[in-house]
Amino acid sequence: MDTTTSSRAIPQKSLADHFEDWLPKLVISPTFLAAIFFVYGYIIWTAWLSLTKSRMLPKYDIEGFFQYGKLWTNDRWLVALTNLGIYGTLFIGICLGIGLLIAILLDQRIRAEGALRTIYLYPMALSFIVTGTAWKWILNPGLGLEKLVREMGFENFTFGWLTDSDMAIYTVVIAGVWQSAGFVIALFLSGLRGVDDSIIKAAQVDGASLPRIYWSIIIPSLRPVFFSTLMILGHIAIKSFDLIMALTGGGPGYATDVPATFMYTYTFTRNQIGFGSASAMVMLGGVLAIVIPYLYSELRKPR
Amino acid sequence: MSSFSADTPHSSSVMGRIFIYGILLIVAGYFLLPLLVMVFTSVKSMEEIRTGSLISIPTSITFDAWSKAWSSACTGVECSGLSGYFWNSVWLVTPTVSISTFLGALNGYVLTKWNFKGADVFFSMLLIGCFIPFQVILLPMARTLGFLGLAGTTTGLIMVHIIYGLAFTTLFFRNFYVSIPNELVRAAQIDGAGFFMIFWKIMLPLSIPIIVVSVIWQFTQIWNDFLFGVVFSAGESQPITVALNNLVNTSTGVKEYNVDMAAAIIAALPTLFVYVVAGKYFVRGLTAGAVKG
Repeated sequence: MDTTTSSRAIPQKSLADHFEDWLPKLVISPTFLAAIFFVYGYIIWTAWLSLTKSRMLPKYDIEGFFQYGKLWTNDRWLVALTNLGIYGTLFIGICLGIGLLIAILLDQRIRAEGALRTIYLYPMALSFIVTGTAWKWILNPGLGLEKLVREMGFENFTFGWLTDSDMAIYTVVIAGVWQSAGFVIALFLSGLRGVDDSIIKAAQVDGASLPRIYWSIIIPSLRPVFFSTLMILGHIAIKSFDLIMALTGGGPGYATDVPATFMYTYTFTRNQIGFGSASAMVMLGGVLAIVIPYLYSELRKPR
Repeated sequence: MSSFSADTPHSSSVMGRIFIYGILLIVAGYFLLPLLVMVFTSVKSMEEIRTGSLISIPTSITFDAWSKAWSSACTGVECSGLSGYFWNSVWLVTPTVSISTFLGALNGYVLTKWNFKGADVFFSMLLIGCFIPFQVILLPMARTLGFLGLAGTTTGLIMVHIIYGLAFTTLFFRNFYVSIPNELVRAAQIDGAGFFMIFWKIMLPLSIPIIVVSVIWQFTQIWNDFLFGVVFSAGESQPITVALNNLVNTSTGVKEYNVDMAAAIIAALPTLFVYVVAGKYFVRGLTAGAVKG
């Protein structure tokens, strides 16, 4: 609908009508300006800083891409990237696995389905800080899970992942999956409910077994759900900050650093603004690489 | 294949059913256990925590840890519990949620019913704003707030949350208003109703469900936020998530796990409450916020 056609119904345009024509644009302009300035302007600002030698205070003389070069020789950054790789892969993989399996089982006309769904999803309402705090206690090497299992009779059981620099990143996976898997279950379940029944009935009539129906008909038809879930989880993984801060604080040492905590540490506690900005730009690049193709395909879809 | 009249295929052998329920219950246990541990630990004394185990049922219930978490636990140098920060978060959430939802509704209305040239481009631009990693705007925002004299204040934090919440609220309302027939607006225009009249009298009364979705989404997002809170607020004005993190990671004295757990539950209660009361809308917001373009 166009404002000009709608106001043509009124014979003569008064000043007030002109105002009415401009009103919608006027109303949306604060958001428009905010998006331009606070999103795009700030991205350019950060990009600019990443090309300078800024340390504690911003400097605006462009020196080139040397901060990016420094990133790739910085041990801590490489650890952060490796951690993101490990965490991202396991987090996404396990969430998708649990999500699909539980959604299929929940779709078997289960009594108390509603109650189970409520239980699976409630962690999603919590702050990652709460999740981190809870799991930090559960995984406590002295008094937590380890003690529980020992008291069950396994005297030599040890579970010190939280303070083991090689294993600590896996505790982040455990807590992250706990928080987000219910959401993936919900997404897959709504996907399953949308599958066309008639195709399934036809397959049943043809004598196809249940696992076969799932494997060759239902799961392939969930492709779009897989795609968008993958995108959402990838996005959550790259942005992960709170959970790591609360659960391990990036430690022991910097063993569980990820790009988000790396950026925070360098920019705000180590006062290396230029270097921190470069790491933020790399994060942006990573997110855009997965989001833009997704948005493009979503927006092109006929509505 | 079964006595059920199936609209979804399902297994119906007894063994199969036991297997299915077994797995579903085990997974439910995995999700519930941490909550149980939190509640149990929060009502135990430290003595009992050291002697008992993680999931042992508390023998004597004490709320000392709760009152300490609320009013006297140390969150850094300050030792006045979480209460002040809890109210900080309440004062933070109230204006941010209402303003961003209202502006989102107006934006959605303009984008769908007063289509102008470039509306789609603008919407795509805004959408990307939902996805950027906020690390990329932290430093410029910190500089801007400093310049405006708002660094470390609640007002500054409110501003930040409104700005970066707008993309989501606009998205919600735009996608909702797309399905409301344009004829409704046109008819009202012929009757002489103006821009705001149509918004107040026609659009808003139809929007109750999406307003609920938007309010719940914004409420949980902002209540649970840590990144903006830790970067843009300081000392007295910090939100509860930052205070909780400080409380847990304060290294002075003996670690009191019961106080940590009570504090975590206090920080979680408002959003848990919303989830229990309005779970349906919560899920709708999650899927709309995350999936739809």
